Amino acid sequence: MTLIHTMIAGLGLASAASLAATAQAQDFETGGKLLLTRGISTIEGSGGGGLSSWALITGNETERGIGGTAHATQVELEDFRFQSAGFAIGIHDRFELSWTRQRFDTQDAGAALGLGQGFTFEQDVIGAKIRLFGDAVYDQDSWVPQVALGVQHKSNNQGAIVRAVGAADDSGYDVYLAATKLLLEHSLLLNATLRWTEANQTGLLGYGGLNDHSLQGEFSAGYMLSRRFIIGAEYRFKPDNLGFAGEDDWVDLFAAYAVNQHLTVTAAWVDLGSIATFDDQRGFYLSLQAGF
Amino acid sequence: MSFNSILIAGLTSIAFTVSAHAAQPPHAMPGELEVDPYEVSNANAGAEPITDPAVLAAFNGEAGIARIVDGLIAGIQADERIEGVFRASDWPRLRRTLIEQFCYILGGPCDYTGRSMASVHVDHGVTTAEFNALVENLQDAMDAEGVPFAMQNRFLARLAPMHGDVVTR
Ligand code: HEM
Repeated sequence: MTLIHTMIAGLGLASAASLAATAQAQDFETGGKLLLTRGISTIEGSGGGGLSSWALITGNETERGIGGTAHATQVELEDFRFQSAGFAIGIHDRFELSWTRQRFDTQDAGAALGLGQGFTFEQDVIGAKIRLFGDAVYDQDSWVPQVALGVQHKSNNQGAIVRAVGAADDSGYDVYLAATKLLLEHSLLLNATLRWTEANQTGLLGYGGLNDHSLQGEFSAGYMLSRRFIIGAEYRFKPDNLGFAGEDDWVDLFAAYAVNQHLTVTAAWVDLGSIATFDDQRGFYLSLQAGF
Repeated sequence: MSFNSILIAGLTSIAFTVSAHAAQPPHAMPGELEVDPYEVSNANAGAEPITDPAVLAAFNGEAGIARIVDGLIAGIQADERIEGVFRASDWPRLRRTLIEQFCYILGGPCDYTGRSMASVHVDHGVTTAEFNALVENLQDAMDAEGVPFAMQNRFLARLAPMHGDVVTR
C-alpha cells in the first residue's frame, strides 16, 4: 500500500468512526450551512472553487451532521472537451470524501495527434480532506484562516499512451494544504493552496516524466455580490513534466450562483494554455452542483 | 413550617427584592420580566463599535435599526427552525436589548445594558444551524430596510465571532 492509500484509508476510517459516534449520539442531522459556504466542486471533485481545491468542506452539514454533493462540469475548449462528474460527502463539516470521473475528449485534435478522432482519456479521482483548524466564516475577529489537508488519488485509463508521451506512470497522487478565509468586512473570499503533485494536466496525461513531485500554488479570490452570488478569479500553477508538450498555468474568471441551498450553478471563462501541443486552450466552463 | 411563617418569609423576600432594586436599577424596564442581577457594561455587547459613520447611515440610523430588529423578531417568530428556542422569551426585553446592542455596535449613540452573549445563551443549547437561521432572518430584515449587502457584511463581521459564545450544542 502506498502512502496515499494509507492516507485515504486513514481519513476514511476517521470519517467512519466519527459517523459511528454520531449515529450513537443522535439521529443524523442535515443542512444548516449558509448559502455558498460549502463551496462548489472542483474538476477533481473536492470542495473548492472550480479549478482549485479549498479548505471548505462540501455539503450543507454543520459540525453536528452529514451532507453531500453531486456535480457535473463541462469545459468547452478550443480543441478539446473536458467533462467531470462525481459525488462527495461531508461529515461534521470536518471530513470530506469524494469520487469523480473525468473525461477528456481530444475531438479533431485526436486525429492530428495520431490517437484517432475523438480519442478520449478517462481518469478517476478519489479524494479525502480533513479540516485541521480555523473557521473561514465565524473567525472574523482573527486573521487565522480555515486550514485543511487533502489527498487525491488519480488513475488514468490510458497507461500505454501516457507512457508513450513521456509520463512515468498512469496513476499518482496529489497532497494539498489549503487555507480559506472569508473577509466578511470586505465581502471577500480568499484561498491559497499548496499542492504536492506530479500530475500532467491534472493527470489526464499521466504522472511524472522529466520531473517527479513538485510544489505548486493555487490562488483564488471572490467578491460576494449577494448571499447567493459570488464572482472571482483563480490562478493555478502547474508542473511541466512532459518533453513532448509544454504545460501552462491555469486561469479562470468565475461567477457562481446559489439558486437555493440545494443547487449552485457556476459559469467561468477559462484559459488552460497549451495542452498536448495545442496552444491557447481557452473556453467556457459550466458546472452544476446539487447538494444537501 | 406553619402557614404564617411561609407568609412572613414570602413577604420579607418581596420587601428585600424591592429594596434591592431601589438601590441598584434592575435594568429591566417596566413591562419586562425581572432578571438576575448582573454588571451592566458595553463590554457585554460582545463587539467593539464600528467607527465609520457611513455604516450607521446605511442602516438609516436608530429608526432603521428599530425597524430591522422588529423585522428580525417577526422573522424569528415565523421561522419553524428556531421559534421554539424563543417560546419562553421576554420579547419586550429582547427587542430593547437587541436595538441597544445593534445601535452600539453600529457606532450609534447608544449603550448596551443587556447581559453578555455567553451568559444569556448558555442554557439555550443553540446549534450552528440555528445560529445561521437567525443570521438569515437578520439578512432578510436588513434587505427589507434597504441596507446594501456590503454594509450588511460589515455588521455581520462583528456578530460572526459571537458564534463561539452563542452556540453551545
Ligand atoms: C450573533 C447572534 C446573536 C446575538 C447578537 C444575540 C443577542 C441577544 C441579546 C442581546 C439577548 C438579550 C440579552 C438580555 O436579555 O440581557 C439575547 C437573548 C436570547 N437569545 Fe440571542 N443573540 C444571537 C443569537 C442567538 C441565536 C442563534 C439564538 C437561537 C436560535 C438565540 C436565542 C436567544 C434566546 C432564547 C435569548 C433569551 C431571550 C429571553 O429569555 O428573554 N440568540 N440574544
